[in-house]
Amino acid sequence: MTSLQLVWFILIGVLFSGFFFLEGFDFGVGMLVKSFAKNSDERDVVIKTIGPHWDGNEVWLITAGGAMFASFPMWYATLFSGFYLILFLILAALIFRGVSFEFRANMKTDTWRSFWEWASTIGSFCAAFLFGMLFTAMIAGMPIDKNGDMTAHFGDYVNLFSLVGGVAVTVLSLVHGLNFIRLKTSGGLRDRALAWNKILYPVLFAGEVLFAVLLFFSTDFFAKKPMTTTAIVVALVIFTALAYWGVLGNHEWLSFVGSGLSLISVVVLIFNGLFPRVMIANNPANSLLIKNSSNSPYTLHLMTILTFSILPIVLIYFIWSYWVFYKRLASPKQSA
Amino acid sequence: MLNLGLDILGLARFQFGMTTVFHFFFVPFSIGLAFVVAVMETMYAIKGDEDYKKMAQFWGKMFLYSFAVGVVTGIIQEFQFGMNWSEYSRFMGDIFGAPLAIEALAAFFLESTFIGMWMFTWGRFNKWVHTLFIWLVMFGSSLSALWILAANSFMQNPLGYIINQKTGHVQMVSFGKVVGNPQLWNEFPHVIFGAFVTAAFVIAGCCAWRLLKKDHVDFYRKSLNVALVIGLIFSLGSIATGDLQSRYLINNQPMKFAAMEGLYKNSTNKGEWAAVSGFNTKQHKTTWSVDVPYVLNLLSYHKTTGTVKGMNQVNKDMHAKYDKKFGSDMNYYVPTKTLFWSFRIMSGAGALFALLAIVGLIFNRKRSQLIMKQRWFLYIMGLCLWLPFVVNTAGWFITEFGRYPWIVYGLLTIADAVSPNVSVASLLTTNIVYFAMFAIMGLVMIILCHRTLKAGPDAENTDGYSAGDTKELDPYSKGAFNHD
Ligand code: HDD
Ligand code: HEM
Ligand code: HEM
Repeated sequence: MTSLQLVWFILIGVLFSGFFFLEGFDFGVGMLVKSFAKNSDERDVVIKTIGPHWDGNEVWLITAGGAMFASFPMWYATLFSGFYLILFLILAALIFRGVSFEFRANMKTDTWRSFWEWASTIGSFCAAFLFGMLFTAMIAGMPIDKNGDMTAHFGDYVNLFSLVGGVAVTVLSLVHGLNFIRLKTSGGLRDRALAWNKILYPVLFAGEVLFAVLLFFSTDFFAKKPMTTTAIVVALVIFTALAYWGVLGNHEWLSFVGSGLSLISVVVLIFNGLFPRVMIANNPANSLLIKNSSNSPYTLHLMTILTFSILPIVLIYFIWSYWVFYKRLASPKQSA
Repeated sequence: MLNLGLDILGLARFQFGMTTVFHFFFVPFSIGLAFVVAVMETMYAIKGDEDYKKMAQFWGKMFLYSFAVGVVTGIIQEFQFGMNWSEYSRFMGDIFGAPLAIEALAAFFLESTFIGMWMFTWGRFNKWVHTLFIWLVMFGSSLSALWILAANSFMQNPLGYIINQKTGHVQMVSFGKVVGNPQLWNEFPHVIFGAFVTAAFVIAGCCAWRLLKKDHVDFYRKSLNVALVIGLIFSLGSIATGDLQSRYLINNQPMKFAAMEGLYKNSTNKGEWAAVSGFNTKQHKTTWSVDVPYVLNLLSYHKTTGTVKGMNQVNKDMHAKYDKKFGSDMNYYVPTKTLFWSFRIMSGAGALFALLAIVGLIFNRKRSQLIMKQRWFLYIMGLCLWLPFVVNTAGWFITEFGRYPWIVYGLLTIADAVSPNVSVASLLTTNIVYFAMFAIMGLVMIILCHRTLKAGPDAENTDGYSAGDTKELDPYSKGAFNHD
């Protein structure tokens, strides 16, 4: 394995971390459009918290996918063709939720507004859940042949472990979204988000513990890397605990950062366990490795130079755009 | 010909065509609208005339609808390479991955961030700064087109690579050559100009329908003027760049060129050009045609003499060149009728656009009322609203069907590129569902544009989400905040 290959493995982890951190609350907010927000005015506010940002957040996914293609095309090809149906459902979910914000705002009748509100809610739930399921299934190991083609059946990716993984990511996104709403709104919505999170955090803890237990039985992570895997799982629980403490003590920033870091720890857990592989095959001889799935040194070199010169600029205006919309939104009067 | 049989290859191809064509309804519309809106807002910044601001906001709404659909369909595009074309992805990863990743990094972040800024900050920034936002969006989307076309150009005309002996995959040796590909620099301006033409004539068409109803006459006449000026400049631009492209093809992809002109036999020195003709594609023959002498040579070489190779000749050349590697069963003929008619639609439309723009500008002169009296003209203009979408598709049909049987010209065939592990059932399901989703989105899109037009430029912006002016409704304007 060359150092450039390692850099790109890490970079893809970083991009997915960014995606889960940002799109995590974005999904969470999307899920809350229907049940959490009680009326049309509240929904306006809830959607506006992510209005200027959701597209930019989604670009983290697009960049992660593009970067995977640009650095490890074998990984990209195996992963995407192998998890065909899950990815297709993710696409459908992302499409419906993506257009829902713009379409809803322009609907005349309540029925149609409601339709697009459901599209946002269900789309966000499904997207978060399916991403969780996909990554959990991926680390459990899949049937992959010598050519790198994966032929998984329903039972390979829909099982107890992957379902728990899916639910865990969903709940994590949901609390992250609530924490975000607490930062961005005031009045009734802000209070309600607190009340919801007080209930959801205990559920999340239970989910995380269950996930850790199943991780032990379903993957080789603890067997191969006992120290780091344990450390990251502990970190995950600590971050969640910190966030919960933030919820209880009404420290909004602490809980938001805590739930964000929890999501990032999940990504770190996955990438740490994968290393030095990128796809785990049931038959270890067929696993794709970092060292033999990457592009040529020339392309990696080029991409490294380009990425490290462009990404800082992107980060500057990306963060600036959040700063511009930093202020809180008022809750509608009747719900205050 | 197009294989619609229920096999993986046929379904994957159908899916690629369907999703990309649908994506490409919105892409040029968005790029073009961003440009037109940016021009309008700039005029507002310069002149301070509120009408231009109203215009930018009004047409900006359509831009936002189109953008939303463009974005969500774009994600399918990116995933699709891995999902349906895994062998292609493995083969092309070294070349294709780079532009795709750079596109996301350099272009998508720019446009998605600044579109949010533009939408939600009317009245919050100095008007020049706000105008800069939309220019950045426009710049970002053109940049994204550039990178994706760089990938496409490599498929049409591979440059700057070697074949890795161990894996058999392409390997980049010169990024400069990949980006400097002449195919790209012929294609890029043509696509961008086509995008400007698209937006200009959709706007012009919308204006025409409203003018027929005598609705907001001043507003729509002014909008029409901006649209037609842009439309004229860039339809001439597309004609010029299209001419460059076709002449580039004569040497680079002679089969594509011969099919576009419907030539089975080599042309004679007289350069007979078939305006229309019929084909027997099985026997590789032209059955009848209406010929005009010299035009072919004028189009191909800008002079009256010379000859162009016909498909039968090119087919022989290709067999001589590739049989060693790909065997002698390869069929190098491309779908002739599709290319021939697509080309006629596109170039015909290019000329029609230029003509419409000139006539329209004359009728729409400041103190003249001609535009209101020439209702036939407004009807034509209104109907032509749909034409740019057809034309863009026709252009891509030429480019993509004319690449047959290669997916990467001379290096990889389409049949070898498809994912081997995906089932017919999955592909069929996804095709059907995508189709249904596209139908819904397309319909909603049309309804929204229609409704926006009907509501008119003075409509109150109730959603507060789109590019509404009104400070009270802007959720981020000063008064709306509750500092606790
Ligand atoms: C509104 C848009 C529009 C208009 C008015 C035109 N085109 Fe076009 N054309 C396109 C939009 C387009 C396109 C969809 O954007 C394509 C597809 C691929 C490309 O490079 O641009 C295209 C492709 C394309 C190609 C194939 C290039 C290749 O395969 O490499 C040729 C030869 C031309 N065009 C030629 C013309 C000529 C001679 C025109 C006018 C007289 C013309 N186009 C008008
Ligand atoms: C970078 C951009 C593009 C890439 C990499 C690309 C690649 C491909 C691939 C892989 C296929 C399937 C294999 C084949 O049939 O040849 C295809 C087919 C096709 N593409 Fe493109 N394409 C691009 C842009 C476009 C655009 C913008 C359009 C039109 C709007 C388009 C129209 C089509 C059509 C109609 C087909 C179907 C042809 C068939 O069924 O054989 N393409 N393209
Ligand atoms: C076939 C290959 C293609 C792929 C993989 C692809 C990928 C994508 C993706 C992932 C997005 C979403 C970006 C976002 O979230 O902001 C997108 C949107 C966009 N794509 Fe494509 N695209 C393809 C074809 C094209 C072509 C041929 C062009 C231009 C000539 C183009 C231009 C754009 C633009 C301008 C957008 C921004 C959205 C909009 O303005 O509607 N794409 N594309």
